[in-house]
Amino acid sequence: MSESTIIIASVEGKKRRSWTFTIGAIIVGLQVVIGLMTLIWTPFDPSAMSGGRLGAASLVHLAGTDRLGRDLFSLIMIGSRIALTVGSGAIVIGGLIGITIGLLAAFASKTLDDVLAAGLDILIAFPTLLLAMLIVASSDGASLTTAIVAIGIANSAIVARLTRILAKRVLSMDYITASRISGTSWLGVVMIHVLPNIWPTLLVNLALQFGLAVIAEASLSYLGLGAPPPNASWGRLLQEAQATVYTAPLGAIAPGIALVSLVIGINLLADGLRDLADPTRRSRR
Amino acid sequence: MTALLDIHDLAIRTGSKSLVADLSFSIAAGERLGLIGESGSGKSLTALAAIGLLPEALMASGSILLDGHQLVGACDRELVPLRGTAAAVVFQEPLTALDPLARIGRQVGEAVRRRAKRDGAATDKASITREVLSLLDQVALPDTGRIFNAWPHEISGGQRQRAAIAMALACKPKLLIADEPTTALDVTTQAEILALLKRLVRERDMALLFISHDLPVVAGTVDRVLVMQHGRIVETGAVADVFAQPQHPYTQSLVVAARAFDDALEMTA
Ligand SMILES: Nc1ncnc2c1ncn2[C@@H]1O[C@H](COP(=O)(O)OP(=O)(O)OP(=O)(O)O)[C@@H](O)[C@H]1O
Ligand SMILES: [Mg+2]
Repeated sequence: MSESTIIIASVEGKKRRSWTFTIGAIIVGLQVVIGLMTLIWTPFDPSAMSGGRLGAASLVHLAGTDRLGRDLFSLIMIGSRIALTVGSGAIVIGGLIGITIGLLAAFASKTLDDVLAAGLDILIAFPTLLLAMLIVASSDGASLTTAIVAIGIANSAIVARLTRILAKRVLSMDYITASRISGTSWLGVVMIHVLPNIWPTLLVNLALQFGLAVIAEASLSYLGLGAPPPNASWGRLLQEAQATVYTAPLGAIAPGIALVSLVIGINLLADGLRDLADPTRRSRR
Repeated sequence: MTALLDIHDLAIRTGSKSLVADLSFSIAAGERLGLIGESGSGKSLTALAAIGLLPEALMASGSILLDGHQLVGACDRELVPLRGTAAAVVFQEPLTALDPLARIGRQVGEAVRRRAKRDGAATDKASITREVLSLLDQVALPDTGRIFNAWPHEISGGQRQRAAIAMALACKPKLLIADEPTTALDVTTQAEILALLKRLVRERDMALLFISHDLPVVAGTVDRVLVMQHGRIVETGAVADVFAQPQHPYTQSLVVAARAFDDALEMTA
């Protein structure tokens, strides 16, 4: 009898998991395909006038045109590529720096750990956007790269603090001592035990950071610190649409929907990935 | 003959607080020594110190000779080759003694691989797997093929403890330290694990440092016993002597408690 309940539970777990995972994968996959496609093709030349100004949505211009008559759908497609670049760039930078510092702090002597922890707390208290603005402003000009680096560094503090706490908890476990006894070096302990154990939680946090990075870049662009069209991010499109939001609301709604759907998709995907990475969740649910 | 583990005047302190003091004892090769004491008396710390794994916040002074190597003041690089080969540990809590995210076969295999590398033996996947399965078999785990591929949460507490013992054995230690290996288990499983440890120690000619707060459990497993209280040794001697004529009040209370328990059992029988 308990045998059959276990089977039912695991089938249900599978259903639930595939639900979030599938929807997330579809949304993100679609955006990746669209983003890659813009490298070779867009419905219209995004830098040229292709219709009337502020045209409504039609079968030709799926999201209408902007105030210069450029096809908005093409611009939004390009925005997809930019958002994905910003998100991945920021979590790679934030992840690499953050995980390294977090692990160092977890292994460090008490004094160094205290210093690192205090430094991280200060960095976290600093608003991401302000930090990014400072970095962007102090570099030659607003470019996508400076925005990615700035957001990545701001995110690294949060990743570092989480990594430190998670790693410390894992390091206090008996199986770490047992592994050390069998002669595993500290690096081996990190690779075999610490990273796999903190990875599920870290992954969800990184996905959150991905979404926040996309939003942070959109905010920077909205403030005028992003690249102008044709290589504009969604934030920049929102800014451009601001003046005409009452006459042509689609100009703001369409990039907004694209932005929100990507952030939701990434988070659903991460939730699904975490369940896959954690064997206790895999069979318990 | 030099002892396998020789601890002399060991003191462990954190800042100004003394946790263990004046601790001296030794274990000869193949000898079985019991360490009894109430919770918090410093048993686990002594075990960790004996293998050079004291937490950084704690300071040790005195002398700990493990297989002829001084551990007090030694750096990590000197300790790594000693660990496992000289001594290995089985812990109290089977749930935290295994990595929840690694299959049993992989965890035991990792220890096997490290030992094989040190010995210059074959480290290909097939021979490691064969050795792991043989170890799982030696600790009397049923259905070794399934357990090899199981996650820790998929097997019972007793089976986990057996897997942890297999991991310790994979190191081929000269001294096995068992830190309350049966406290978290029910009485039947407890007896089985004790019998298993006794058999393995005999078969492999290992020395045993057996830690417990349970006098009867220790008495059936070791030859000689140390009694600790508040970080100090208060009594030491052959098991039979300590049991028959406990000198220290704390030991006396332990013996009385154990007797009372036995009497209660007899009365209900
Ligand atoms: N990392 C540490 N830092 C400071 N104090 C510690 C640390 N680890 C242990 N202690 C203290 O050292 C004392 C001895 O601890 P130990 O774990 O050796 O007890 P024990 O005899 O094994 O007890 P139990 O039977 O409950 O396992 C305790 O008072 C404990 O609070
Ligand atoms: Mg203990």
